[in-house]
Amino acid sequence: MKHKEILLNHGSGGRLSRELFDSVFGKYFSNPTLNKMTDSAVFKSPGENIAFTTDSYVVDPIFFPGGHIGTLAVCGTLNDLSVSGATPLMLSAGFIIEEGFSVESLETIVADMAAIAKDAGVNIVTGDTKVVDRGKCDGIFINTSGIGSLSDEKKDISFGTNISVGDKIIINGPIGDHGMAIVSKRNQINLHTEIKSDCAPLNKLISGILDISSNIKFMRDATRGGLATVLCECAENKDFGISIDETVIPVNNGVAGLCEMLGFDPLYIANEGKVVMIVSALDAEKILKKLKEHALGKDAAIIGEVVENHHGKVSLQTEIGGRRVVEIPAGDQLPRIC
Amino acid sequence: MKLHEKYRQKESCLKVVKAITNLSKTPITIMEVCGGHTMALYKFGIPSLLPETINLVSGPGCPVCVTDKRYIDHVVALSRKEKVIITTFGDLIRVPGSTSSLENEKAHGADIRIVYSPLEALTIAKENSDKKVVFPGIGFETTAPTTAATVLNACEKKINNLFILSSHKVMPPAMSALINEGVKIDGYLCPGHVSVITGSGIYYPIVEQFKKGCVISGFEPLDILLSIYMLVKQFEADKPAVEIEYKRAVRPEGNTKALSILDKVYQPGDAWWRGLGVIPKSGLDFRVEYADFDAQKAIDVEIEETKEVSGCICGEILKGLKSAKDCPLYKKVCSPANPVGACMVSSEGACAAFYRYGV
Repeated sequence: MKHKEILLNHGSGGRLSRELFDSVFGKYFSNPTLNKMTDSAVFKSPGENIAFTTDSYVVDPIFFPGGHIGTLAVCGTLNDLSVSGATPLMLSAGFIIEEGFSVESLETIVADMAAIAKDAGVNIVTGDTKVVDRGKCDGIFINTSGIGSLSDEKKDISFGTNISVGDKIIINGPIGDHGMAIVSKRNQINLHTEIKSDCAPLNKLISGILDISSNIKFMRDATRGGLATVLCECAENKDFGISIDETVIPVNNGVAGLCEMLGFDPLYIANEGKVVMIVSALDAEKILKKLKEHALGKDAAIIGEVVENHHGKVSLQTEIGGRRVVEIPAGDQLPRIC
Repeated sequence: MKLHEKYRQKESCLKVVKAITNLSKTPITIMEVCGGHTMALYKFGIPSLLPETINLVSGPGCPVCVTDKRYIDHVVALSRKEKVIITTFGDLIRVPGSTSSLENEKAHGADIRIVYSPLEALTIAKENSDKKVVFPGIGFETTAPTTAATVLNACEKKINNLFILSSHKVMPPAMSALINEGVKIDGYLCPGHVSVITGSGIYYPIVEQFKKGCVISGFEPLDILLSIYMLVKQFEADKPAVEIEYKRAVRPEGNTKALSILDKVYQPGDAWWRGLGVIPKSGLDFRVEYADFDAQKAIDVEIEETKEVSGCICGEILKGLKSAKDCPLYKKVCSPANPVGACMVSSEGACAAFYRYGV
């Protein structure tokens, strides 16, 4: 492609649009459905239930340690399907690009999106590109939607309908990496850290455990609002409580250190490669063992359980043996003053 | 073992809890006057471990919480002016003024930027010489020296478009004022980082005049528990004193360099504390040589009439007289998502701590 920067006409539907598609989107996302270039991707209904999800990605900075907006866009939507118990089948990808955006950067983003999707066994079958005037968007925004197939027996996983007292709570690895990777770059803290986003597709990890246990009562990915928000929303207005142990919740040293400096709590920091599961006590150890066999679950841990007391609330045992309640945060945490 | 792990060891902490429980026979009210302590107490679940004889209350230790509403209205008014950039600590962004907040003004197009240090404000001033850059200077003795150092830096670099809307305060006059008002306090858990700057001497008048113990505490759970033990020991023996628990950071003479920078730029002045009113000599005003940096004098602006929300009891909470659960607005109207008072919006506020970690 001869242009090094995206021009307005790359989004106008004419020759330049075709050139952009052929050089970038079509080149990397190529698959029989997409290549037909029809207005809609047409496919046979996948079976019992369809899981359908969408997300838009506006992350700043666009490139961050451990990933970029494209990797987030594919993993985020794949994970939303996977944690619902669905098998991801296909994705769409819509791009809004600011005039002047680097074609090289766009190509990196799209190539990585294609690689992750391919590795996950999923195609990007339809999409759209718009270009807006300089200053009208922050570089690039991406929307991805995803369709998956979901069997009847797994339908309740999203809702946690079958959670009962005694169930165990498991997370597949350390919390806070993604959010703190973004913070470390966004706010010009000028610290050298090794924190990298945990952005990763969880579908193979999750399908592995769904294969060995039919007692997975609830799953959700711990994105914005972190682990705490997932647990609080799960317990809210229910006739059970949740109790977790701070000493066994995995947190990487770099994340813990930066959180200490800024006065952040890792429980509330976003993750992009973490799934919180509530499983029956009988299967907990078996599931933990299976998770640990996978690269994305090697630091998995049982972090708590569903309890009879403090209905609707999440209680945390602190590392010194005290107790406190965990609440849903109001919004993004703000750094401490002194 | 990393430094902070030593101060978070469960076994050590529970040993101190046991010692406190064995020692504490008489009911004692201990007030902490530092937002960092407010948060640490709840984060580690310390109140849940202490015997019932110990009543911990939160005082006016959160710099955002004690900033009066009129100051917020002033910053909001400044943000609405053309060619003004507000560079602020993040915590101030969501504090509600009478009709708006900086967060609100940002959404309406005001140039408001979050900074981690006033030195960042200096850089922004240098990069935007056609604009006025205003830094709301809030905080106690911990942060005031950095504002003072920034002013000196600006002088040296001949940067004349940086202004400070100063609301820095000093702690000891407020500590005395609370006791004079009759607030029941048997001992003070003294602020660790303030004391790194000031040293321990500032607390001697509290002990000499009011016979209340003052222990300067660090922020790890073992620090806080040890400090509580020291206060209980003093109280049971009726031997109030100034003691430093946080010896790894606090020296009796403080940080003399920071103190001299502070003294060069600032002088004591009267200050308005939310909940406490005017406390003489509790604020820091610019010395006349640095008056050009004072945003209050340098930038003309009309400030709306201050409106208080009825039902908000931030004032009484700041005095340790009531807690969040006594407030009629708590959780019903006032929450971190929709804060009414500063005690809820500040990450170090008593109500925010209670909401985040409380029961």
